[in-house]
Amino acid sequence: MEATVDTITWVKACNVSDIPSNGGSCVLLNGEQIAIYNFERRGEWYATQNLCPHKQQMALSRGMIGALRNEPKVACPFHKKNFSLKTGACLSGDDYSIKTYEVKVEGDEVFVGI
Amino acid sequence: MKKSKIVVIGNGMVGYKFCEKAIASSLKSHLELVVFGEEPRPAYDRVHLSSYFGEKTLEELTMAPMSWYEEHDIKLHLGDPILTLDKENKQVISHRGIIESYDYLVFATGSGAFVPPIKGVELDGVFVYRTIEDLDMMKAHAKKAKRGVVIGGGLLGLEAAKALLDLGVSDAHVVEFAPRLMPRQIDKAGSGILEGKLFELGIKVHANRNTEHFTGENVVNGLKFYDGEILETDMVVISAGIKPRDELAKKAEISTGPRGGIEVNDFMETSAEAIYAIGECALYNQMIFGLVAPGYEMAEVALNSIAKKIIKEEVSKRNQFSGFDMSTKLKLIGVDVASFGNAFIEAPYCKSITFEDSSRGIYKRVNISNDGKELLGGILIGDAEQYNMLLQTVNNKLPIPENAEELILGSRGGQESGGGIMAISDFALICSCEAVNKGDILKEVANGCSTLEGLKKSTKACTGCGGCTPMVKDLLNAALAAQGVLVRNVICEHFDHTRQEILSLTKLKGLKTYDEVLDKVGTGDGCEVCKPAVASILASLWGENVLENGRVTAQDSNDRFLANIQRGGTYSVVPRIPAGEITPDKLIVIGEVAKKYGLYTKITGGQRIDMFGAHVGDLPNIWEELIAAGFETGQAYGKSLRTVKSCVGTTWCRYGVQDAVSFAIEVENRYKGLRSPHKLKGGVSGCVRECAEARGKDFGIIATEIGWNLYVGGNGGATPRHAELLATDLSDEMCIKLIDRFLMFYIQTAEPLQRTSKWMDKMEGGLAYLKTVIQDDVLGICKELEADMQKLVDNYTCEWTEAVSNPEIRKRFTHFVNAPEEKDPTVELVPFREQVKAKDWNTI
Repeated sequence: MEATVDTITWVKACNVSDIPSNGGSCVLLNGEQIAIYNFERRGEWYATQNLCPHKQQMALSRGMIGALRNEPKVACPFHKKNFSLKTGACLSGDDYSIKTYEVKVEGDEVFVGI
Repeated sequence: MKKSKIVVIGNGMVGYKFCEKAIASSLKSHLELVVFGEEPRPAYDRVHLSSYFGEKTLEELTMAPMSWYEEHDIKLHLGDPILTLDKENKQVISHRGIIESYDYLVFATGSGAFVPPIKGVELDGVFVYRTIEDLDMMKAHAKKAKRGVVIGGGLLGLEAAKALLDLGVSDAHVVEFAPRLMPRQIDKAGSGILEGKLFELGIKVHANRNTEHFTGENVVNGLKFYDGEILETDMVVISAGIKPRDELAKKAEISTGPRGGIEVNDFMETSAEAIYAIGECALYNQMIFGLVAPGYEMAEVALNSIAKKIIKEEVSKRNQFSGFDMSTKLKLIGVDVASFGNAFIEAPYCKSITFEDSSRGIYKRVNISNDGKELLGGILIGDAEQYNMLLQTVNNKLPIPENAEELILGSRGGQESGGGIMAISDFALICSCEAVNKGDILKEVANGCSTLEGLKKSTKACTGCGGCTPMVKDLLNAALAAQGVLVRNVICEHFDHTRQEILSLTKLKGLKTYDEVLDKVGTGDGCEVCKPAVASILASLWGENVLENGRVTAQDSNDRFLANIQRGGTYSVVPRIPAGEITPDKLIVIGEVAKKYGLYTKITGGQRIDMFGAHVGDLPNIWEELIAAGFETGQAYGKSLRTVKSCVGTTWCRYGVQDAVSFAIEVENRYKGLRSPHKLKGGVSGCVRECAEARGKDFGIIATEIGWNLYVGGNGGATPRHAELLATDLSDEMCIKLIDRFLMFYIQTAEPLQRTSKWMDKMEGGLAYLKTVIQDDVLGICKELEADMQKLVDNYTCEWTEAVSNPEIRKRFTHFVNAPEEKDPTVELVPFREQVKAKDWNTI
């Protein structure tokens, strides 16, 4: 079998202090809106598309984050559709899902893998 | 694998439902779906057609947007009816000449308006009431019409009369051939009550009238009845019944009934092979079913008949049609009308019990078997709350109370009658729109489903008209209780406590941040249910800034940005205008700010001004300008005090007996910023005329000659409730003391997102108990309640003043943290009556 190697390009997104603890903010990277979440309570960082696919609203970064049986998630502020921060799957039973990105923190800087 | 092609003729509600069920089923991968619709737009909700003139837009009425058909690979041809059906070669030819072959053909052509052969029907100003086009034509004509007449006093006719009122035709008349309204649903006495209700709304009923011809040269100007009388009018709407659209079937020599309709059997099969008919075009057992629920059931049956042919098995449970219970409950022009079971049976075949209250417009009739053991049917007008339970009682032959009048009047003996929801049979139909029975729901609960949301998703119950929601909720709670699950109102998986318990523990332990509460009282990482609930408790207890670290990300989006998120992601801005009193200078400032930032302005129901369409990054600047002009935040975004509405009272009004505005300002300023389980509204009226609608508020104050009467627990919204009288002839001080105690007791004991009205409904002992607590002080907590409130009043600060002056907080109001100056480029505002509005998200 042929192995495909996806090369991740790390792009600097913002500083750690730009993202509120246990919440999210949005960054603009190469024209794309990406929501970054600092899940401080779990010591984890996540990034997803900012667009909620339900009503096409750029709003996920303003949603509350939390967990559904230990699965980290974000709830869209409009109609509280839940999405897994790990897989992007919709946890409210709808068909759509969202894109997720890798995040790494180095010193005070936050990078997103594109 | 070769796919089977199904061609659906007709894109109405039932045709759409067929597609929806097909793509949701396991048959999907075997199918190619092609749909032809005569109307120029995708299927819309015809049941709520009259709301097109009122509360709903076309987008909201649309069942699914064009993109939905694309997404599911359904080929949709609109504005293109099928003209020819060639059964031999299994193909259809459309008006535009598209030739489409099929493996299976489904007629969902619906019905058209039945137009009686009355002379003059072709005159201008005579309309039928069936499609959006009809409505648009009526709209244009209604602009110059003062009086309008509807022919037909059935369900649709009364809907059409409402549409006339909504169109501004203030003098509306209904002409019915039969001696009463809705002859298929209700009896003469019921019709009388309904006529009274309609008269109040400005609709006059002429029953027992037969129209001979319409008068007028080119445009209609009146109706002449057979009895010689003339009724002048500017327009006529015909809604005298429906006529199945069977002309194509007839032409193709498929069997149709003598009075129209494509004949079908139990499997929705027509006389022609591989051709099916569903909905209002189908004639089953010599009957046309003119409701949407049986149409949906036919769609499912037809799909199963086709599935049996393609994959040799059924894809869902409804595989045979056997008629439909035509019991109905609906809200007609705001009046409940319901009939169930055998509504018209009379003595000597049964005993009927009726209850009539013409002052309140209520009529109820139940028909009981002669041995007094069985409920056979009945009619409810003006109040149909008992409809679901009565329908179940009929369908399942449930035992009825010895005094059968208790069925409609409620038990007077104090003891509960009947066995409640768990007593009915497992086959009892709970949701008639989606054909879900009690057994289906119990099975889901047994499989571990424990929430209403979960049930909606797995069974689709409550997703049609929504009328069964209270029953499904009761069933869920009863089923959980039967499983031994203690149904405690714990708030979510992270807290095994009620809101009241969390509040007490938080207070006792002196916890100040969300994480502290979660660590000490809960488990896990929290969620969007417990976060705002705990944030509200913290604000109610300590009154500290909601935007400080440790609390900010526990706030719901509106509280986090101190503004209400709106369609498109912009926010609205509402400065406080206590009691609705505002100076001309402040009005000018609002106008200037709105102009500068391109905001849409509207007066709210709470006597203040809402500015819509603000970018998140503009919020601090907007507020800086408003604050400089003396405004404060209006907390329209919070579960907190909104407004205290007032009338002008003795300040100007010749009837006023107290200074309502001054007292309302004092009360609003006292409770501004107060966070509570849900929003709070107040009102102060200067005399008994009650112009401030105070009894529709959580607390309402109404002036008397010597003081104030205080009412509590009122609500507008979906379930209106009048506030109840708590105390009379109060001084200013005593009135405020009682409100302090009432609000604090509510804040400390209510469930999350429970308004005072629901809180009082659920309170054991109700108003009488509330009086013993906050007036007689039987719990000895009144002093404490007052002190807790005073502390919050003293702690008040304007959140926006703090937010704009604190650089740490102010910096968070930006869409892109890595490009703070840039605004969200996806926000789109479109022109709208000289202002702007958010782009409709159904068309995005």
